[in-house]
Formats: sequence, C-alpha cells, structure tokens
Amino acid sequence: MSAAVRVEGLAKRFGDTTALAGVDLEVQQGAVLGLLGPNGAGKTTIVRVLATLLRPDEGRAEVLGHDVVREAREVRRVIGLAGQFAAVDELLTGRENLRLFAGLFRMGRREGRARAEDLLERLDLLDAADRTAKTYSGGMRRRLDLASSLLTRPPVLFLDEPTTGLDPRSRNQIWTVVRELVEEGTTVFLTTQYLEEADQLASRIAVIDHGQVIAQGTGDELKDQIGGQMVQVRLVDAGRREAAERALARVGCGADHHTGGQDGLVTVPAPRDGVAMVAEAAAALRDAGVEVSDLALRRPTLDDVFLELTGREAAPEDAPTQPADDAAPDSRRPEAEKEPV
Amino acid sequence: MNAAVAELRWTLRDCFLVTGRNMRHFTRQPQLLLFSTIQPVMFIILFTYVFGGAIGSSLPEGVSYVDFLLPGILIQSSAFRASQTAVGLAEDMKNGVVDRLRSMPMSRAAVLVGRTGADMVRTLFVVALMIVVGYIVGFSFMNGPLQAVAAVIVVCLFSLALSWIFAFVGLISDGAETAQSAGFVFMFPLVFASSVFVPIETMPSWLEGFASVSPVTLAVDSARALSLGGDVAGPLLGFLAWTVGILAVFVPLCVWRFRRMS
Repeated sequence: MSAAVRVEGLAKRFGDTTALAGVDLEVQQGAVLGLLGPNGAGKTTIVRVLATLLRPDEGRAEVLGHDVVREAREVRRVIGLAGQFAAVDELLTGRENLRLFAGLFRMGRREGRARAEDLLERLDLLDAADRTAKTYSGGMRRRLDLASSLLTRPPVLFLDEPTTGLDPRSRNQIWTVVRELVEEGTTVFLTTQYLEEADQLASRIAVIDHGQVIAQGTGDELKDQIGGQMVQVRLVDAGRREAAERALARVGCGADHHTGGQDGLVTVPAPRDGVAMVAEAAAALRDAGVEVSDLALRRPTLDDVFLELTGREAAPEDAPTQPADDAAPDSRRPEAEKEPV
Repeated sequence: MNAAVAELRWTLRDCFLVTGRNMRHFTRQPQLLLFSTIQPVMFIILFTYVFGGAIGSSLPEGVSYVDFLLPGILIQSSAFRASQTAVGLAEDMKNGVVDRLRSMPMSRAAVLVGRTGADMVRTLFVVALMIVVGYIVGFSFMNGPLQAVAAVIVVCLFSLALSWIFAFVGLISDGAETAQSAGFVFMFPLVFASSVFVPIETMPSWLEGFASVSPVTLAVDSARALSLGGDVAGPLLGFLAWTVGILAVFVPLCVWRFRRMS
C-alpha cells in the first residue's frame, strides 16, 4: 500500500516561536492517523501545511503524491478539511452553505444540490437546513463543517480537533460519521487533545509535543508503555509519598516509571486490570502503614502518556479539557472553539 | 487553449458565487443595510435644508444647492462606505471562511472580486435610493438620461477603486475595527477637502490646490458635470486616470498579499 500522506522533515517558525521542528509522518491509504498533543504542540500547524494554507520553512509534504507547495491546486482537489479553523458561513443557512461550497468545489449545479441534500440528511441537519448557521449549536456547526468538507467525497480528510468542546452526544455523532467514512475507504488525518478520541478512531497514533513527534504506534502500544491502567492514590499525609511509591512498586505498580501528580496524589501505571489489582495495591499500602483517603484504578489520560513520554506534565499552563487554540501566534485564528449558542 | 477558456469560465463562476454570497449577507443584516442608507439620506436632507441657503448664493445662476449637492453626496457616501470592504474581508479571515475557501480548488481572485463586486452592487443600490430621495427634495438630472447613467457609472467606478484600496487594508489589518477606523481617518479629510459640499474656489489657495487634484473632487466634478452640464472631459479624464492608477496598483497588491497569506 502506498502512503496517502507523507511528511518529511517539516519545520515552521513564527517569529521566535518554533511551531514545527522537523516532523516526519506517514499515513497509509485508508488508514486513520490520530495526531495527539496538547495545545501549542503544532498539530494545527501541520494540518495547515497539509491543507496548503501555510508554507513550511523546511521539509516537504505530499498528499496522494502531490507536493503541497508546488502542486497546491492538485492537493486541494483531493482533500477535505474540517475543524477548528475552517469555518462555515454563519449568515447563510446550512443548505446555502453546502450549495455555495459545492459550487466553489466546481461541482455542477444539479450534482451539487443533490449532494448537499444527501449530506444534510446523513449528518442529521435536514430539520435545521433552512436556519442560518449562527443559530446552530456547537455540535450542529461541527456537523455542517464536516458536511462541507465531504461534498466532493475527498479521498483524504483532515479533521482538526473535530470534537473539542463538544458534549458527548455530539462527539459520538461525529465519531460515527468518521467511522463510516473510514469504512468507505477515506484516509483520515485527525488531530486531537484526547487520547480517548485517538484511541476510538485512529489505527495509528502519533504523539506530538513542541513541534516534534515523540512517539508513534497503535493506541495499545502507546498505552502499554505506561500500562493499560493507572492506580491513583490520595494520601492522607503528603509526606508519605515515597513510602506509598515503594509499597505500590512491590505489587508492580509504576516501577521505573515517572510518577506525577500534585501534593498527596500518587499516580502510577498498573500492570494489571481489575479488582484484584486494587486489592493488592490496597494491601501493600496497608502493610506499609500508609493512610489513604482514596484509591482508584483508571484509564490513562493524555497527561499520563505525556508524563511517561516526556517526564513532565503536558502543557502545564493549559488545562487539557479546555477548548483552546492550538499553536502559533497567528492572530487570524479564531480565539477558541465556538461554544454552543 | 480550451483549458484556458474553461478555467476562465470556472473563475467567472467562482466570482459570481462569492459575489452572490456576499450580497446575501447584506440581506441577512438588514440593520446594517438600514444604517448604510439612513446616513446618506440624512445627509441629503440636512445639507439641502441647513446649508442650502448659505451655500446656494455662491453657486452659478439656476443651480440650486440640491442639484449641486447630490452628485457630491453620492461620492461622499461611497467613500465612507468603502471601509466596509476591509471590514468584510477582515471578518471572513477572522472567522475562518477565507481559510476554508483557500483550501478549495477555486479561484484565488474570486474571494477578492466577490467582495469588491458585491460592495459595488450595494453602492448601486444606495445610489438608486438616494436619487429617489433627491428627486423628492427637488433634485433633477438636467443633462439627459444617458449622462445620468454615466454619472451613476462614475460613482460605481469610484466605489470600486476605493474598495480595492480597502481590500488591501483588510488583508493587512488585524481586525475589522482597525480596518474601519483606518478608513475613517483617511476618508474624512479627503471628503471634506473636496468639492463634495462646496465649490473649491471658496477654499484657501493651498487647500484648493490639494482639492483640485484629489480623486474625490475629480469624481464629484465628473458626476456633477454629467448631471448638471458643464465641462465633463477635464474632470472625467483626471478621474479615470486615478481609477486606472488605483486599480493597477491595488489589484495586484491584493492578489499578491492574498497568495502569500498564511
């Protein structure tokens, strides 16, 4: 199989800020790559380069064999772009948006209209089709945005944080559509701040930080690096951290791993799942005489992967759950993801 | 050759589609359309009745102030509205519409042509309304229907040329507000130091010198001569030279800026 997207040594600076510091990536045709990273990691910058919106300073990128700089026109014919920065027209209705973009994709009038109706139905927007997009909720807006990017049935689809700031129901709707597209053979290049999203949708995940890819693999491979689960313990006495870590290490939790968390909170990778693991950890802590107020087994989060990969907290200045802008001092980018109205 | 013709047809269709989209925006913001028409209508009425008496006496025999004023106000309102081109583009860039269009295989120029084109159509609409109001308060074209049409064309060309200047302002400014205030700062002195409201002969000589070569004066004098009679060729040549010059500089500048946008 040949690569649908190939990125080699991509570098981009904005003034003093290095947005990309030599990125290499490859997405096979029909595959889904999840590009995972915190705000400011360079995810959006990569997508903007691949979508021909931004010229790289160094390196090259190809989509279906077309160079994104020299053959920008050919690239634009084969891609769809949806996400935080490619907006829909708020003053037009959903239907008008799709008809306008169909026309500008240079589809015939009849073909464009038929396709617009199909997509309105598929993305559950028929009831709202004649309302202006500014009356849409955040989820509807994203669905219209996604529909706009699907008009030409593009073989390669770029989704930049497609569900950031959405409620779970809207997020699931988007996920369902993306899965269908993948089944139909679309190659998807997806950026996200959520490990779960990458896990749910992507066949491969690349973790990016400070403009560099720091890990690649399947979701399982990445999680195996830190263990499938995390044991989290809240200490009654924050001073007992070392004792708690030693006790947990005796039952296999977090030996040789970076540990994180604030005062009194110990989070370490767990080697096994299930109630037995919790019981063993609890017994180990009791035997060591460490008092805890809370003990839980939970799935790794992006923070855990980050901590493991980089030895430090991911994006300490930003809470990862807050929708916010990715990377780069580019003032033309929207401030933050639009919230549901 | 065939490919080039086909590409040209697609490009024209792109321009047409974007123009239509921008015009639809006007109808979706009736409050904006209302304010952009109320202001010039108010100017016609206020100036006619407030200044008409004082200024009318310095006008040639048989010319009432409203006859003198209306072609000027048409140009003045176009000048003040021109910054809307910058505002529209700046908004499209800010909210991501321009990014979406740039990621599509459409004509690059259509985004700019569609903006300036739609703004010119809006000017035509406002001009038609102002002429109707003008007729109600006593204005009339004295020089024949063809000349009247030519006067309207002068106003539209003036509006188009300014639109391209402000398209560039919109492309390099970092927001709609900046674009709008930049427009006001430049247009206000240009409009008042011209023949829009008064004959420039009444100004001090240094100001008259400036006003006599100003594109605003030349546009107003062209439109005025076409509607009232008098020497058309002089101001019209000057006005057309300005128009061609502005377009020759700013269209390529805008296209260049748009292409290297990131």
